[in-house]
Amino acid sequence: MIVEVNGLRKAYGGKVVLAGIDLAVPEGSVCALLGPNGAGKTTTVRILTTLTRPDAGKVLVAGHDVVREPGKVRAGISLTGQHAAVDDQQTGRENLVMVGRLMHLGRAGARRQAADLLERFDLTDAMDRRVQTYSGGMRRRLDLAMSLIAAPRVIFLDEPTTGLDPASRTTMWDAIKDLVRTGTTILLTTQYLEEADRLADQIVLIDNGQVAARGTADALKAQVGGHRLDLTFDSTGALTQAMDLLGGLSDATVLSVPSDGSAEHLRQVLNTLYTNGIHVVSASSHRPTLDDVFLSITETTARQGVPA
Amino acid sequence: MTTHTGPANALSDCLTMIGRSIRLSRRQVDTLLMSILLPLLMMALFVYVFGGAINTGTGYLNYVVPGIILLCSGYGAASTAMSVAQDMSSGMIDRLRSLPIRVFAVLNGHVVASVARNAVSTAVVIGAAVAMGFRPGAGLDDWLLSIGLLLVYVLALSWLAAGLGTVARSVESASALSFFMLFLPYLSSAFVPVQTMPSFLRGISENQPITPVIETIRGLLTGTPIGDNGWIALVWCVGLLVVSFAIATWLYRRRTRS
Repeated sequence: MIVEVNGLRKAYGGKVVLAGIDLAVPEGSVCALLGPNGAGKTTTVRILTTLTRPDAGKVLVAGHDVVREPGKVRAGISLTGQHAAVDDQQTGRENLVMVGRLMHLGRAGARRQAADLLERFDLTDAMDRRVQTYSGGMRRRLDLAMSLIAAPRVIFLDEPTTGLDPASRTTMWDAIKDLVRTGTTILLTTQYLEEADRLADQIVLIDNGQVAARGTADALKAQVGGHRLDLTFDSTGALTQAMDLLGGLSDATVLSVPSDGSAEHLRQVLNTLYTNGIHVVSASSHRPTLDDVFLSITETTARQGVPA
Repeated sequence: MTTHTGPANALSDCLTMIGRSIRLSRRQVDTLLMSILLPLLMMALFVYVFGGAINTGTGYLNYVVPGIILLCSGYGAASTAMSVAQDMSSGMIDRLRSLPIRVFAVLNGHVVASVARNAVSTAVVIGAAVAMGFRPGAGLDDWLLSIGLLLVYVLALSWLAAGLGTVARSVESASALSFFMLFLPYLSSAFVPVQTMPSFLRGISENQPITPVIETIRGLLTGTPIGDNGWIALVWCVGLLVVSFAIATWLYRRRTRS
């Protein structure tokens, strides 16, 4: 495990932000901390990157304890925060070379790395322009490039695509996927389920400072239940008849019935409708989305409340 | 794996951060112009507008130039508070903090850039003063002593400003906090002899650090009596430097480690 967290707690002036978080991230994998605003995602990242001290718990990152050996942790990680950490008044290249020098790559090494990264993140044309003139997407890419200068073993991305337009978001996702291919471990936080679904090997759902659920996207989806079959009818009469036969939930002209997602079940349902003379306009099968998972889990914790 | 400790890296980190801060200062053209133009305007104002009415016993230009130099250092140093606050309020500080570099390097970069800015603006002010008729009788040793004292003074003010920038909630409040640095020279012997002030103000201006510094520089450059002012100025400046440095680095650690 390149990131190992046990019983992490943090409170700010009596307000509990993290109420005992456990994490285990294998090297070379992508872990997404998913949760609503204020769930404790950013605080977790700040502690893991040595910027904030934990109140209790053991946190090992890249083989070192974040409290006892913050310097050694820092040498093996990089952080891309919510606000692009770039100097507006320096050019893209100057920003990169500066970080390279601070990572002690030497003058030539820093320049070479900067040139490679500018190329890789499609910033070569803009490299000698001040960052001030960059678009939001370009700033984030530069920010990520700066995080990669010293080939860190673990990269922390705090909401890497918040506030980006869809096109820039896709470019950013591609950049992150490229990183995974090079074997870098990534721990990212996000509010976007789609982002976690696309990028992460392991999703850790955080709510109210606690881990509400964890697993792969598929495992989490399975946890909320199986597939669902949506049948659309052209009249409410037909819908009512179908509901008497099949059960399920109706919404206007659509009837949703639970399903196991198999073709066999679909055939049975359509046969039943056909033999009873009920005309069905369309049928579609749905897997649960992470949205369903997210809502069902955060609703549960909201109902149960969280012990302090 | 690169090692990140050791004096060679510490020096290289400091140089990198100094390079960054100087580049940033150079590109903040409005701030840079302001810190040069404002003292020039003040000098013209005091020499040509008020100068005739202020009787200081010597040519007023000779009297006022040391004060203008200090005023100008105050401007240059005060903007350190703003550049530090800018770092603290942007994501930049988190990036710098998560790098394997020393606390000292970041603030030191801003302070050295401030000294460099002040060197430029002070040279411009002295050049302009000479053009306006300032004829100091100082020899090389007097100039070197003056430059040395000014250096300690600017370093002290810059570290003080860096500390203020660290605690400021925003760039605007950093600018407000550093206002008193610009105000202190007015309550000193910079523009008028303290003897002309009402007694309570005199108490302030005789016992604040700027007056002995000005009297020392004035004495070195134009030959007025220095008396004990030289030692008092040095003690003030070194003391302020040590205290400001300690407070600034402590505040920086505290602010970035909670």
